[in-house]
Amino acid sequence: MLTYILKRLLYALPIALSVTVVSFMLVYLAPGDPLNAIAPADAPADVIEALKSAYGLDRPVPVQYALWLWRAVQGDLGTSIASGRAVVTEVFGAVGNTLLLAGIASGLGVLVGCVLGALAGYKHGSGIDRAATALSVVGVSIPHYWLGLVLTIIFSTWLGWFPAMGAGPGGSADWSWDWDHMRYLVLPAVTLSVIPMGIITRTVRALVADMLEQEFVVALRARGLSGMAVFRHVAKNTAPTVLAVAGLQVGYLMGGSILVETVFAWPGTGFLLNTAIFQRDIPLLQGTLLVLCMFFVVLNLLVDISQPLIDPRMGRG
Amino acid sequence: MTSSTTIIPNRSYWHVVARQLRQEPVAMVSAVVLLLIICAAVFAPWLAPADPFKASMLKRLLPIGSPGYWLGTDELGRDMVTRLMYGGRLSLLMGVVPVFAAFFIGTSIGLFAGYVGGRVNMVIMRVLDVFYAFPSVLLAVAISGALGPGLSNSLIALTLVFVPQVVRVAESVTTQVRKLDYIEAARMSGASSFSIIRVHVLGNVLGPVFVYATGLLSVSMILASGLSFLGLGVKPPEPEWGLMLNTLRSAIYNNPWIAALPGAFIFITSIAFNLLADGVRSAMDIRR
Repeated sequence: MLTYILKRLLYALPIALSVTVVSFMLVYLAPGDPLNAIAPADAPADVIEALKSAYGLDRPVPVQYALWLWRAVQGDLGTSIASGRAVVTEVFGAVGNTLLLAGIASGLGVLVGCVLGALAGYKHGSGIDRAATALSVVGVSIPHYWLGLVLTIIFSTWLGWFPAMGAGPGGSADWSWDWDHMRYLVLPAVTLSVIPMGIITRTVRALVADMLEQEFVVALRARGLSGMAVFRHVAKNTAPTVLAVAGLQVGYLMGGSILVETVFAWPGTGFLLNTAIFQRDIPLLQGTLLVLCMFFVVLNLLVDISQPLIDPRMGRG
Repeated sequence: MTSSTTIIPNRSYWHVVARQLRQEPVAMVSAVVLLLIICAAVFAPWLAPADPFKASMLKRLLPIGSPGYWLGTDELGRDMVTRLMYGGRLSLLMGVVPVFAAFFIGTSIGLFAGYVGGRVNMVIMRVLDVFYAFPSVLLAVAISGALGPGLSNSLIALTLVFVPQVVRVAESVTTQVRKLDYIEAARMSGASSFSIIRVHVLGNVLGPVFVYATGLLSVSMILASGLSFLGLGVKPPEPEWGLMLNTLRSAIYNNPWIAALPGAFIFITSIAFNLLADGVRSAMDIRR
């Protein structure tokens, strides 16, 4: 078990390191000087030189990367060009908001997906099964940014039940768990939950249907176990796979929330990334990417490590 | 099974798949819907009732069903029917091209990696693993954001997102096939690596990769229009569904149905791609 965890950690390290390289190097994909964004095109040469050394752009790229990484490890991601604030402060404020949104959305999606999927798997070929199958196809096919727009039209413009955008009556700074704030969370969270809901429903349905045909389930039934007792066995055997899929989905939502955050003006990382891209704010872009991807890498690692805790057979392999 | 009395002599595998597919009503309806959308897009210059760029300040946001504009007009008074038909051209292009590109590039890399095997294979796959550390939406947005807005840049970004996934499928099938006895037999009979790949490996690999790629079409449509929605894809005044959805957002208070129209087309196309892909997948599973 311990060796498995160690092995998995060793495997994640080079990936994490490569992620830092990609996050740093992406901005160099674009043709032209990254400085173009900061300096006006007709700036005198000495101003450009001064700016270059101020942002460390006068050094070779590998040196820039090494310095950036060294500072990042110490919790310094540089200064945002657009706002002049520390990137770390900006990113972590936004990550909190994205985590809130993605967490609620994936919780909702996984819960509904599991219930629907299990029902569909149990009642194979029934009306519930067909409804769940249809829902899962819609869930993976719907452009969620459009769903957000439609939900806004229905529940905000027409019915006036929920606000159309923002993260609270006084902005995002003073989040608290009361209805005045949570109203703002409803539409974006429901919108975002559709993606994992579809995939989890599909996965659970297939797993449960498959599991019910296994010999051990037939044997359990033959021994006269009640439906609930049989279900406990089925649940226990499907849990590792469902957990793996759900874990990945949470990670995807961390990145996938960009579009939904834009629709609802939710002040999360997607919003930040958008600002960074359109203002060509390089430190902010690099920092946001790095933090988001590290979350994803760590999440993958946690899913992998937790697998053998649920199913001891996996740890021995 | 005694029910099938007709014996099909020497029918190719793809004929059987096509026959199988024709018996799936959902897949066939999806195919017809897609065909209609594709035709409307391709023949837009001949079919569309108006000029997609002709704006009119007086006719802004006419409701659906207005005389002469049966799906209304957009925020600049351009005819919605026309814009939606023309919009399909770019949206479909942006959705389909990256999948095709990733299909060819990814299959080639996967075949190479899987066939060569050993250390080369390991290096290629480990490098591609890095791309799996990025959620796909994030990767697409980050790459096209770094490259800068524009049609070709978003095509590149989406292709880069899909290539590692296709490589993984192609590589795993190639690795399985490569170990089979008949490949060994072909090699001993003196066949060159190239002809072994072309004759014996490719046929086995194309099927699973094809199924995987058809499943990517819907993802690609949604992502491509999403990039335009964010302002990273095509630029105004070009008609494209994602971009139209973005520019019409301000209209949700005056004319919500018009604002929702472009997204509905993304949805219909994407779900049709998905259902067709499901049909193809189950049709191809049955090898008779």
